[in-house]
Amino acid sequence: MIEVQHLTKRYGPTTAVDDVSFRVEKGEVLGFLGPNGAGKTTTMRVLTGYMPPTDGKAIVAGYDIFDQPIEAKRRIGYLPETPPLYPEMTVRDYLTFVAKIKAVPKRGRVARINEVMERTRVADMANRHCGKLSKGYRQRVGLAQSLLNNPEVLILDEPTAGLDPKQIIDTRRLIKELGGDHTIILSTHILPEVSQTCQRVVIINKGRVVAVDTPDNLTSRLRGSETMLVQVDAPVGDDVKHALGIVPGVTNVAVAESHGTTSSYEVNSDTGRDVRRQLAAVVVSNGWGLLELRPLRMSLEEIFLHLTTEEMPHE
Amino acid sequence: MSNVLAIAHKELKGYFASPIAYIVIGFSAILFGWFFINLLYYFDRMALQAGGGFGGPQSVNVNESLISPLFLNVSVILLFTLPLVTMRTYSEEKRSGTIELLLTSPLTDLQIVVGKFLGGLTLYAAMLGVTLVHIGILFWYGNPEWRPVLTGYLGLLLMGGCFLSLGLFVSSLTRNQIVAGMITFAIFLLFWVINWIATFTGPTTQNVLNYLSITEHLNDFTRGVLDTKHLVYYTSFIAFSLFLTVRAVDSERWRG
Repeated sequence: MIEVQHLTKRYGPTTAVDDVSFRVEKGEVLGFLGPNGAGKTTTMRVLTGYMPPTDGKAIVAGYDIFDQPIEAKRRIGYLPETPPLYPEMTVRDYLTFVAKIKAVPKRGRVARINEVMERTRVADMANRHCGKLSKGYRQRVGLAQSLLNNPEVLILDEPTAGLDPKQIIDTRRLIKELGGDHTIILSTHILPEVSQTCQRVVIINKGRVVAVDTPDNLTSRLRGSETMLVQVDAPVGDDVKHALGIVPGVTNVAVAESHGTTSSYEVNSDTGRDVRRQLAAVVVSNGWGLLELRPLRMSLEEIFLHLTTEEMPHE
Repeated sequence: MSNVLAIAHKELKGYFASPIAYIVIGFSAILFGWFFINLLYYFDRMALQAGGGFGGPQSVNVNESLISPLFLNVSVILLFTLPLVTMRTYSEEKRSGTIELLLTSPLTDLQIVVGKFLGGLTLYAAMLGVTLVHIGILFWYGNPEWRPVLTGYLGLLLMGGCFLSLGLFVSSLTRNQIVAGMITFAIFLLFWVINWIATFTGPTTQNVLNYLSITEHLNDFTRGVLDTKHLVYYTSFIAFSLFLTVRAVDSERWRG
């Protein structure tokens, strides 16, 4: 439904998005996770046709967003970071205007607007001016606006930002309901949000995709263990693997690389347990030379830490 | 087309939801009324002199001595009011982020630009509509020719269109509406006074400067003359400004 291929976006000398590729299947809810300034908004702006990419392409609902923008945009609903409201319009007038420019057929337009207002729970504010709405309502009117044309693809930039806890729960439930009928990409920098609403996560940092996986897999990959890289002056063999494997605390050993007489291994161990001393002792006592021993700090983990520390003030 | 009208309608509603429409229409009504009274007194005196045989003209023509100069004075009003109309068109959308809604909707840039232009033009037409009262009074008490009045209004509409399209272009360049308003005003002023030095220059320069002046082209319209030269000038001015606006919006996309 959405296919992004080698997308790159540069603003002058700075690269906001760097060679990003991913796919979203029909009916899937994809979470776009990353710290502020990671390139989430830029990617979304390219996907919605707001700005052209410097390189690469994006196919949304079967249409290249750059070559056939009108056809693609007809099938997209987009909630930008700041809901694009006109303060002097009432909620109903605003939604009517959006329905017109999004080519919602005249017949059934009023019914559609009412339906969307019910669904996003803004019906009680229908005659209120957009400029006088609270942050929560502004966000929900923005969401209502994106649903009007019953889009195949929904792109939501931080849909729960600025909402109170109850509204956040409501919005997440709504997004889950919408998944299935709609293909959804939502961005967030809040980790639990992803695990609650999304089937798949793209983690992006500094404009690059760091990982694509299901929320569960990501969590287990990250939380379970610590990884150490051990390079020894011995050829690949089961004896090395075995010797490293029986060190207390080690959960798994895998061959990482081998170059003739030297080989290196990725050693997983229980979290919070430092096995470096034992590993070194085992290698030396077996008569192999220890060439390298260092913890593998996965970039993912760093981002993860970043994300989890950042969510504190929010929840 | 329905997209264009949807944008135009939205723009027009925006003007009337803010004080801008009322300020622009009210201000222009007062100024036009003032010019009207002024020229009416002047015309009255001329008519007296013509009848009394004090060496004045044999007879005075309402169209030539009253309506034509009145229409020419409208350019002064436009100089001050139209920057108010156009300054927020793009700047405000950029500042508040609503431009993201427009640019991600299934609309072409041209549809948005033309829609905004038509919205402003409709407000301007409403502004001119007020002056029908004054002209109506002249028709009630006298018998002016209707043709120069008609072409005069057409000329005013086209001249206003030039100012509006230019203002739209300036507004598309900045997200600060005060800056947009000031620059628009400065450019209007330049186009207004550009041929003031024409009389002191050589014939070629004189022609060029006179041709560039937005107001110079209005003269013939107010005299009931429909000259293709002027029509081409005004319409191509508008088309070119709108084209520049489309380009400006597009280039903004690339720069992000």
